[in-house]
Amino acid sequence: MSKSVLRGLRAAALTGTLVLGSPLQSALAAENPIKLGVLEDQSGDFAAATIGKVHAIQLAADEINKAGGIMGRPLELVPYDTQSDNTRYQEFMRRVLQRDKVDVVFAGFSSASREAYRPIVDQFNGFAFYNNQYEGGVCDGHMIVTGAVPEQQFSTLIPYMMEKYGKNVYTLAADYNFGQISAEWVRKIVKENGGKMAGEEFIPLGVSQFSQSIQNIQKAKPDFVVTLLVGTAQASYYEQAASANVNLPMASSVNVGQGYEHKRFKPPSLKDMYVTTNYIEEIDSPKSKEFYAKFKAKFPSEPYVNQEAENSYLAVYLYKQMVERAKSTKREDIRKVIALGDVCMDAPEGKVCIDPKSQHMSHTIYLAKVGADHAISFPKTWEDIKPYWLGEAGCDLTKKDPMAQYTPSNPPPKP
Amino acid sequence: MDIATHVFSALYQFGDAFAFLVLSACGLAVIFGMMGVINLAHGEFIMCGAYVTAATVHAGLPLPLGIVAGTIVSALVGVLVELAVIRHLYDRPLDTIVATWGLSLIATQGTLIMVGSTMAGVGTPFGSFQVGDYSYSIYRIVLFCAALGVLAGLYALFNWTRFGVLARATIQVPHMAAALGVDTRLVYSLTFACGAGLAGLAGGLYAPTMTLVPTMGATFIMEAFVTVVIGGADVFLGTAPAGAVLAVVKSVMTSWQGQLFGQIGLLVAVIIVVRVLPKGISGFVLRERT
Repeated sequence: MSKSVLRGLRAAALTGTLVLGSPLQSALAAENPIKLGVLEDQSGDFAAATIGKVHAIQLAADEINKAGGIMGRPLELVPYDTQSDNTRYQEFMRRVLQRDKVDVVFAGFSSASREAYRPIVDQFNGFAFYNNQYEGGVCDGHMIVTGAVPEQQFSTLIPYMMEKYGKNVYTLAADYNFGQISAEWVRKIVKENGGKMAGEEFIPLGVSQFSQSIQNIQKAKPDFVVTLLVGTAQASYYEQAASANVNLPMASSVNVGQGYEHKRFKPPSLKDMYVTTNYIEEIDSPKSKEFYAKFKAKFPSEPYVNQEAENSYLAVYLYKQMVERAKSTKREDIRKVIALGDVCMDAPEGKVCIDPKSQHMSHTIYLAKVGADHAISFPKTWEDIKPYWLGEAGCDLTKKDPMAQYTPSNPPPKP
Repeated sequence: MDIATHVFSALYQFGDAFAFLVLSACGLAVIFGMMGVINLAHGEFIMCGAYVTAATVHAGLPLPLGIVAGTIVSALVGVLVELAVIRHLYDRPLDTIVATWGLSLIATQGTLIMVGSTMAGVGTPFGSFQVGDYSYSIYRIVLFCAALGVLAGLYALFNWTRFGVLARATIQVPHMAAALGVDTRLVYSLTFACGAGLAGLAGGLYAPTMTLVPTMGATFIMEAFVTVVIGGADVFLGTAPAGAVLAVVKSVMTSWQGQLFGQIGLLVAVIIVVRVLPKGISGFVLRERT
């Protein structure tokens, strides 16, 4: 490799400009495009789960541009690689809002990243979509969340698991806001259903060796383990637990649907893993098959079409619908459309609608079970599960915008 | 649960932590201890070994041969890197840090672009065994034995072979060694290759137990550097005892309070050792001896 190539590669790696080619930028050189900033991790610890999100946004933008754009204006993507690094999110969020002056930003995988950039969106009066499942509770008029939240993923999953396997629950979670708050939800739901926490352990991000944690789990003798492990390093748990013959059923809101661990690890390390997800490529419906075929036609080497790819894809179409109905790209005009309460679409997963109170989305929740051969089956489906918790707890963005995140132990202040 | 179960489980956790620390650190220790080069691309040599191992196993080779292939390819890459970059920076030790850091960025991003964001795992061989209430992975015992084997092999290599004698002579007084007809450049190349190969071996050994992604090297780095910093410049008097001490700290803290405290324990141990023994354990032992 010549020196100049090396230098180029290094410069590209350092500045994060190795974005995947987006031919649509040249295809439609119209006067006044609608600009969509894309801040996703295309490298680093989270890249495996998030490159598909960028591709999904490119796919949707291509389709929309081929069909004439949004109100006749082409959709232009402004992508940056945030490198699984929270400070990159802050840096690039400032850049897309101040220098590139985008109309809307699609940003973020980890909850730590979201909480890193959200104050900047609020400060510069931006408009951002978070297209990712998470621990819930963000009540912020500058944000729309298309991912699933605990009342959709845990209120379905945990009671099912407790009924099927027993009431002793062990949580193994990533040690940051997502894992801590999700574990709080698990604790709450287990208690409400008359169960008991056999134990909890929080694992720092980036840890890859689990021998001691495995032994702690065996000592606690739970009926099943809730694995809320995030990032590729922590995914090593499954292989190590399988080789130590832990042989306990697992429940998760993040595995399979994000990191396609059932494809990456050799069977049967994910045997009896149950996941609630609003989309994975195995879902056998005409809409899902059509989406999967379109995705594979554009990105044939995509390893997996995951939940967050679908969230990102449908978010582009939701944005199109809202802009066309508001006849404006201004956030306040768009929020008036959301307040009508009928912003819905037929997504690959099924019908989804935006809830005006929380600006979160209703979902079809599929219970995916991983078999001993790592084939996926769907023992249960819940249709139209609403993101009700924030609204019931007192968040109403149509009236007041607190720009805050709430949890069960820290709910919105009562009026 | 009886005493024997507890003792065995403590020993198993110690051995597991010891193996991880020693195998991650050996390659780094050889390159740092023998050559004074701080190799920030160490994690990427580990990743290289793991990727080659997984690729050859997918291609149909049995796992042990795959691990050998991973080791050899990493060593060869080490030779190339030494020839192309490190060789020109021996009298500029600080610049080698920047250069190897750059290499690590290139390797991570290059792998991501060329091989993709993940690689399918190969599965852990051998299954498990039961002691008392706990079941354990047999492969983890293999890793512990491999760590002991690597230490013994290195000892033999540097003390009982002609290459070992020449390498130690070159490291102690390079000019004198050159005057006596030792090809010091070749010795440096081979030593670097040996360090890179050991990193590749660690990657190959851990490949069946881990997620294969371009950033996987980073998960070894903290443990590797902590072990080398505590151990000091000598592989045998440093890395092995440092691995043992840290393994005790890590396994005790982790079983007591969880993974986070295991990591805190490691870093506190480093702070204490660096404060009390600035040259690490081996520096302390060697000073006592003279």
